[in-house]
Amino acid sequence: MREYQNIFTQVQVSAPDYPGVPIGDAERNRTKGIVHNHLLGKLGDAQLGPIYLGTLGVFSLVTGLLAFLIIGMNMLASVNWDPVQFVRQLFWLSLDPPGPEYGLSIPPLNDGGWWLIVGALLTTSIMLWWARTFQISRNLGMSNYLAWAFGAAISLYLVLGFIRPILMGSWNEAVPFGIFPHLDWTAAFSLRYGNLFYNPFHMLSIAFLYGSAVLFAMHGATILATSRYGADREIDQITDRGTAAERGALFWRWCMGFNASMESIHRWAWWFAVLTVITGAIGILLTGTVVENWYLWGMKHGIVPPYPPLEATPVLDPMMEGAQ
Amino acid sequence: MKIINMKWFASAAVLGAALLSGCDIPPQETVQRGYRGTGMEAVYSPEVLADLVAANQVPEAIPAVSSDGPKAGDIYQNVQVLGHLSVGEFTRLMAAITEWVSPEQGCNYCHVAGEGFETDTLYTKKVSRVMIAMTQNANENWGAHVGGAGVTCYTCHRGNNVPEYVWNIGVPPRHASGMVHQMQNVAHQESSVYTSLAIDPFTPYLLEDNAARAQGNTALPTGHEESIQTTEHIYSLMMHYSDALGVNCTHCHNSRAFAAWDQSNSERVKAWHGQQMVKEMNNAYINPTNQWLPAYRQGALGDAQKVNCATCHQGAYQPLLGANMLADYPNLSRLAPAEEPAAAMEETTEMESASLDNGSTSGEAH
Repeated sequence: MREYQNIFTQVQVSAPDYPGVPIGDAERNRTKGIVHNHLLGKLGDAQLGPIYLGTLGVFSLVTGLLAFLIIGMNMLASVNWDPVQFVRQLFWLSLDPPGPEYGLSIPPLNDGGWWLIVGALLTTSIMLWWARTFQISRNLGMSNYLAWAFGAAISLYLVLGFIRPILMGSWNEAVPFGIFPHLDWTAAFSLRYGNLFYNPFHMLSIAFLYGSAVLFAMHGATILATSRYGADREIDQITDRGTAAERGALFWRWCMGFNASMESIHRWAWWFAVLTVITGAIGILLTGTVVENWYLWGMKHGIVPPYPPLEATPVLDPMMEGAQ
Repeated sequence: MKIINMKWFASAAVLGAALLSGCDIPPQETVQRGYRGTGMEAVYSPEVLADLVAANQVPEAIPAVSSDGPKAGDIYQNVQVLGHLSVGEFTRLMAAITEWVSPEQGCNYCHVAGEGFETDTLYTKKVSRVMIAMTQNANENWGAHVGGAGVTCYTCHRGNNVPEYVWNIGVPPRHASGMVHQMQNVAHQESSVYTSLAIDPFTPYLLEDNAARAQGNTALPTGHEESIQTTEHIYSLMMHYSDALGVNCTHCHNSRAFAAWDQSNSERVKAWHGQQMVKEMNNAYINPTNQWLPAYRQGALGDAQKVNCATCHQGAYQPLLGANMLADYPNLSRLAPAEEPAAAMEETTEMESASLDNGSTSGEAH
């Protein structure tokens, strides 16, 4: 018998256009076009559209694209408008925040000013998109889990690029817009503040991040493994527990003693994901503002193991000795 | 279905092989250099090491000659930095320098045929005088960095008129005229070791007098304000150290606490003295020669070609893998005395440098 499975599906259901539930006046915010695509059907729903744009969506896209465009034009300017060099050096190119000499003042447009404008545009775009998740949830009569989860990620974004730089009194503390440059920033940030691995909130963020991945895999695997007994009707089985939910629960109980329920596993996953970015945001916020050097802070509070000296004569800072 | 699987498998195999082709063939040799579990270790590929050894062979020394007899300064005219050598030693060193620096052009690279040897017609002669003094100064006063093997002209020149690895004050690459280039985020730059970090980390730390330090040394903020930008510049400089010496960060540092001296090994102290030494070389010796240099020996801003770690090290953790060429050419081990050299003083200096030899080679793990 042919089985219906996403990604590896052997059959695909061909359905007529489905415009979605009626939502009254807000209906004019939805586009009309509907496309069916066989390849999309292998990954998810074969129907593409209609999309709900609305005022928020339109302005979010406009500000977002403008930010994207300005970043690209700044990168192009840094290679003298040469498209070949633009492609060749793309991963190296960047729109950098203003230098430390500018502090929080408004720098000239060509020396960090564009970074500030792009930051404002991108933040506007993201906040509008966030408001949109509320709006669409309301239209569909949903509660706001999605909006709050997205908001948690936005809190990390705002701490990195806006709140912490202001607390530190320098835009230079913020992240540049570039592929390798933003990774360099990450490494330099940890180097500057004495190793972020000794920041307890960074530790928590990593634990929640890896935990999210594990939970995602455990839950996905459990549902796929019990879908033949009806686990694909997950939400149904929260209140009307069937043999699929029983088997999934028994698997984990026998495996490790404890099992989540069909309902709680989704709360586990939601909180792990949300706490990844919230603890991350707290960790970044504390760095440089209230803690200067996480390694020394860790030493002070006994979370860093001391090692014996490497050499018979202890290595000393030559500047402290006044050597040479 | 099977055919598709085979195709996938074949593509994956090709992709995997392509990704691995950048790696050195195992097994690698690992030498522990720090406390267990800290990753402080040197990793060597025997293949790469063999190439490195081949590239760092020293030329055979010219047989030694007596230091007795009349001094070069008394016999020849205009001998300023090597006047305290005997005539035999002086001639031997001149022959060696020719072999090290201008094997193709010979004596005429510095001296004009037909003119007397004493004339300073060519810029190369004037520069080489300063370079000899720079070498003598490094050996006499920078034992904390070059102690043990010392340096000779060959350490940097290796048969080239100008050492292979030199640097000039950086200029931004071609960019739109209205834009202020950030002097970073440029692809394929050896000076930033191919990263997107600062493309001229040398000017602030090997020419200007800045400490390459970014971390605060207190747990809580106490007004220390090094920027992320400064940190990235230092990061770029450290990448240069690493690249120039063919070592990783843990050659000097325990990577859990890059700033902590008590976690580092003594190589880091040597590197610190190296930075101070290179700064002095560039400011006190290299820059003053700029007045004589032709434009083709200058950088885009008209500055002299300067020294960094790679100038001597050239990919080896010790230049020429620690070969002691200075033992064969002791005339380069100290600056020319201001007055008549006293025989007693000479002996003391040699003894001092000998004890320094022992001190700085004993800590080596290689």
